[in-house]
Amino acid sequence: MAIEIAPRRPGPQVTTHSRDALVATAVTKHFRTDNKTRRAVDDVSLRVGRGEIYGLLGANGSGKSTLIRVFSTLLIPDAGDVRVFDRDVQADELAVKRLINRVSVEASFFKKLSAIENLVYAGRLYGVAPDEAKRKALAILRRLGVDVERVNEPLEKLSRGMQQKVAIARAFLTAPMLLLLDEPTTGLDIRSKREVQTFIRDLRIEHDATIVLTTHDLDEAERLSDRIGILHEGRLVAEGTTDELRARYGAAALEDVFMTATGKRLDEADEPERAK
Amino acid sequence: MISALNGQIGLAYAFVEREIALSKRYWAWEIVWLVYGIVTSLSVAYIGLAAPAISGGQVDEAAVSHFVLYLLVGTIAWRFLGIIFENIGEVIAWERWEGTIEYTFMSPVPRLTHLLGMCGATLVRSVTFSIAILAAVALFVPVDLSKANALSAVVLLAVGALAFIGLGIASASFPLMWTEKGLQMAYIVQAVVLLVSGVYYPVEVLPGWMQLLATISPATYVIRGMRAALMDGADLATLWPEIWPALIVGVLSIPLGLRLFIAVERYAKRTGRLKRSG
Repeated sequence: MAIEIAPRRPGPQVTTHSRDALVATAVTKHFRTDNKTRRAVDDVSLRVGRGEIYGLLGANGSGKSTLIRVFSTLLIPDAGDVRVFDRDVQADELAVKRLINRVSVEASFFKKLSAIENLVYAGRLYGVAPDEAKRKALAILRRLGVDVERVNEPLEKLSRGMQQKVAIARAFLTAPMLLLLDEPTTGLDIRSKREVQTFIRDLRIEHDATIVLTTHDLDEAERLSDRIGILHEGRLVAEGTTDELRARYGAAALEDVFMTATGKRLDEADEPERAK
Repeated sequence: MISALNGQIGLAYAFVEREIALSKRYWAWEIVWLVYGIVTSLSVAYIGLAAPAISGGQVDEAAVSHFVLYLLVGTIAWRFLGIIFENIGEVIAWERWEGTIEYTFMSPVPRLTHLLGMCGATLVRSVTFSIAILAAVALFVPVDLSKANALSAVVLLAVGALAFIGLGIASASFPLMWTEKGLQMAYIVQAVVLLVSGVYYPVEVLPGWMQLLATISPATYVIRGMRAALMDGADLATLWPEIWPALIVGVLSIPLGLRLFIAVERYAKRTGRLKRSG
């Protein structure tokens, strides 16, 4: 069954001729905390083609979420620029916002409102009428394996996995041309993780969606991504298809590629962040 | 043009609908705030009724009734203005607490539409609360509104609402700039406005420097005008000296507050302060 998602809304027309969905050029971002400056993203340039699933692989603190926030207009970079379907994310912010949506690692809802109330509200913000939003949301939730009998319960009563699926439904409800998935399966059980991964793959096939997916799950990156970029300490240290990366680094597995490119195993690279 | 306007109204309504849904879900807290408002207003009214006993002198019944109404108009008008200031001032802090701030700021809603929607929701709440408090207080304390000029009172409240919307938008930017201390600063501003605006007493009893602050507080004019409208039946022409200063604050503070908010939003995006945890 094809997933029903909202048709594109009338409004400023989007130039869809560009073959690139996302172009980031020399993006740099620092944060200053406790009189120390930390470079979160360091001169990152990347290009994501229309309809592509681009996996950003990196340990905690490697700059993945910062990049996603820059792409989604929530952060202004110190240097560099980002274009989404040929529109500058800063100069043409409102137009870019109409084209994107994001799923973050935290589900981020009004906890006392029900799933359907949250989804209808989210739909309204993107110009989707409430009846249409309800219908589409239920179709997506069914597809994601959510028990739709529970959509009227407050979000806080749903499991983490169900909340994350509602978050995914919220993002798809608005028919984004570029979907930014920031560790969408972190913390999910294996079954929920598989359901979400299958949904992402199917969606790309059925709806020509462009997806940027951040993860620190090697298996997920390999299973879902057409191309993978490896981020390490804010720098994009490797990029290519899984086969290209394996060939370039003479590695049998993506884990070996990561180790050779960053000098660390992915779980080791995560350790300092966990210890904070 | 009309279709674009309708679109923006639809977007703004999303915030009104969300706030009403949240009020239903947090109904127990709404009752708490309502009871708190009624009890506070009643307590103030009983202070007025007890004036002869407290002062130890002879105060005639008409004077007591006048005193009670003086206090009640002040407390209920302040409740109305205070809810507007608080709710709009808490726009950012509330969303940060819920964890939804990034989604709201990522949505394709112009900031003006977002804030106007929140103002609409706030007005629904403040009008509902004020009417409920007035009705509840009237059950316990005799309230003589026989001379009241309702039109003047409504116009004054509308002008006051405009002024406080502007001030609320400006203080909503504090939590964007200072993630933890911002809301505390907004509450301090509100407390100072309460002190200097003659809510429970004429501003003439204040020290000179506080009277200076009173002249720039829109609440001073709104509350003084409300008393004249509800206690003496003053019409709009008579009240003009109270209306125009508050109107000027409203006309200036809304665009200035919005500009400040947008500038601070950019600062927050540069420094990473939009993040839910701050």
